[in-house]
Amino acid sequence: MELISPTEIAKEKVEAVQDYSVLAGRSIANLFRVPRYFADMVQQADLIGFGSLPIVILTGLSIGAELALNSANTLQRFGSLSLIGQLVSVGMVRELGPIITGLMVAGRNSSGMASELGSMIVTEQIDAMRALGTDPIKKLVTPRVVSTVFMLFFLTIISDLLGLFGGALISTFLYGMDWRQYWSTAWQILVFQDVFMGLVKPVLFGFIISTVGCYYGMTARGGTQGVGRATTQAVVASSVLILVTDLVVTKLLMTVFAYH
Amino acid sequence: MAAPPATTEDRQQSTQDPTSSAVVFEDVSIAFEDKPVLDEISFRLAKGETKAIFGVAGSGKSTILKLALGLIRPDSGHIYVLGEDVTAMREEELFDLRRKIGIVFQESALFDSLTVRENVAFRLLEEGDVTEEEVERPVRESLSFVELENTVDMFPSELSGGMRRRVAIARAIITHPEILLYDSPTGGLDPVTSTTIIELIVKQRDVYKTSSLLVSHRLQDAFMMATHYFDRKTNQMQPLPPGMRGEVPMGFLILKDGKIIFDGDVHELAKSKDEYIKEYIS
Ligand SMILES: Nc1ncnc2c1ncn2[C@@H]1O[C@H](COP(=O)(O)OP(=O)(O)OP(=O)(O)O)[C@@H](O)[C@H]1O
Ligand SMILES: [Mg+2]
Repeated sequence: MELISPTEIAKEKVEAVQDYSVLAGRSIANLFRVPRYFADMVQQADLIGFGSLPIVILTGLSIGAELALNSANTLQRFGSLSLIGQLVSVGMVRELGPIITGLMVAGRNSSGMASELGSMIVTEQIDAMRALGTDPIKKLVTPRVVSTVFMLFFLTIISDLLGLFGGALISTFLYGMDWRQYWSTAWQILVFQDVFMGLVKPVLFGFIISTVGCYYGMTARGGTQGVGRATTQAVVASSVLILVTDLVVTKLLMTVFAYH
Repeated sequence: MAAPPATTEDRQQSTQDPTSSAVVFEDVSIAFEDKPVLDEISFRLAKGETKAIFGVAGSGKSTILKLALGLIRPDSGHIYVLGEDVTAMREEELFDLRRKIGIVFQESALFDSLTVRENVAFRLLEEGDVTEEEVERPVRESLSFVELENTVDMFPSELSGGMRRRVAIARAIITHPEILLYDSPTGGLDPVTSTTIIELIVKQRDVYKTSSLLVSHRLQDAFMMATHYFDRKTNQMQPLPPGMRGEVPMGFLILKDGKIIFDGDVHELAKSKDEYIKEYIS
């Protein structure tokens, strides 16, 4: 194996970050330029949104149930089982809903985008598109970014609601809680800050998923193997970025809203 | 038009006038990973002329076409296309210029998730608010030009290599671009299909007066282009009368080791004393 100096590696990484930023920036800038490719956006929205619905429903439901199951056990020991609705609600809306949905869609769509665009790169289809006078970033990247942000927002809300529903099932059927009481406590505990935090995250995560997926696709090199590598890297990178961003945003917003 | 289109004198005149050049390369160099591919090459393609580029595999023929479109950038030198310096333009500015140029890639590069119709109509659909119905006529026209009207609803993966090549030609010519770049349009094809494609190129040259760069592996193809013209009356390619051989705007360019070792017409090529060229044309 060839030895590469650390400065060389560092230089490469810095360049990669630079290229990524340019791509992300241009994908946004294109929003304000005609043509806007609404048809492509709708097609992507369908692919990302409705395609991800089953997995989002499934994970939302099971995470909510899991959360209820886990906390019920602890709460019972302190004799405060009635708090279960509030716990599930805050946990789901602020943290678990966005992150689980984000990770699921990252696994599904970040990889899909990387492999699709990567295949187009290695078969010269992207060059053909440029040669035909169409900007591939405008035609391929921007619609994916817009649709992912938009759809992830709604998918997260669905996931939150299903998580609460899963929690309700566990609390009532396994722990004999009153159904109506569960829901009323779950609603009441939620304040503006929680909902705001829970809805800012999917916007950021959607942006990460789509731009990272497209970036790895557009920079794929080395035939089919290169496309495979790009696909894996896209999932890993977007998942890690989602987790890091989540941590930073949570801390930041907590400071801003002066949580106690 | 029964007579052959342009005489050598016409062409000589137009080559000397810089504003009438379709493509100009000026001291262009490019290296890939420290391996020089083109070394300060210069040439010019006059308007209306078709220039065939030859060279062994890996000599940089495809690279020249990609440079002309601004798909890749040279390490040094200038490239003027229709009077604009593509080496000084940003990617965003290049899109408008590229709309005036058609290219047929070596591997066709059709969009594999679009049908033949959508592939051929791509430019029209991208350029304006046209509906599927409005593009139907030009698509049919363009496909009939390459004799593939019955494939409109097929996907590229369902076509043979030669058919894909012809669809790529249909996609390139649909807007009647001012410049056409063909990358090995007859590579790996049978003689019958090759002749069909040569006829198409000759038709573009003589009927539409398109300027083109043609990368080729087969010298006999280019010889055929230099000795035939397209007769509009019979709608067929015809051999030039004996006294007029080479009197069509057809140039030859031979690349070797990153340099241009020959740039001229068919007479000059036949007269060349260079051993390498002699071997090449024999
Ligand atoms: N993107 C690239 N990255 C690295 N090297 C490249 C790249 N494109 C071309 N090359 C190199 O440049 C040289 C010229 O390539 P080019 O495709 O222009 O050859 P060609 O003359 O078209 O060959 P052929 O007749 O086989 O099509 C080759 O040695 C190739 O390895
Ligand atoms: Mg080539």
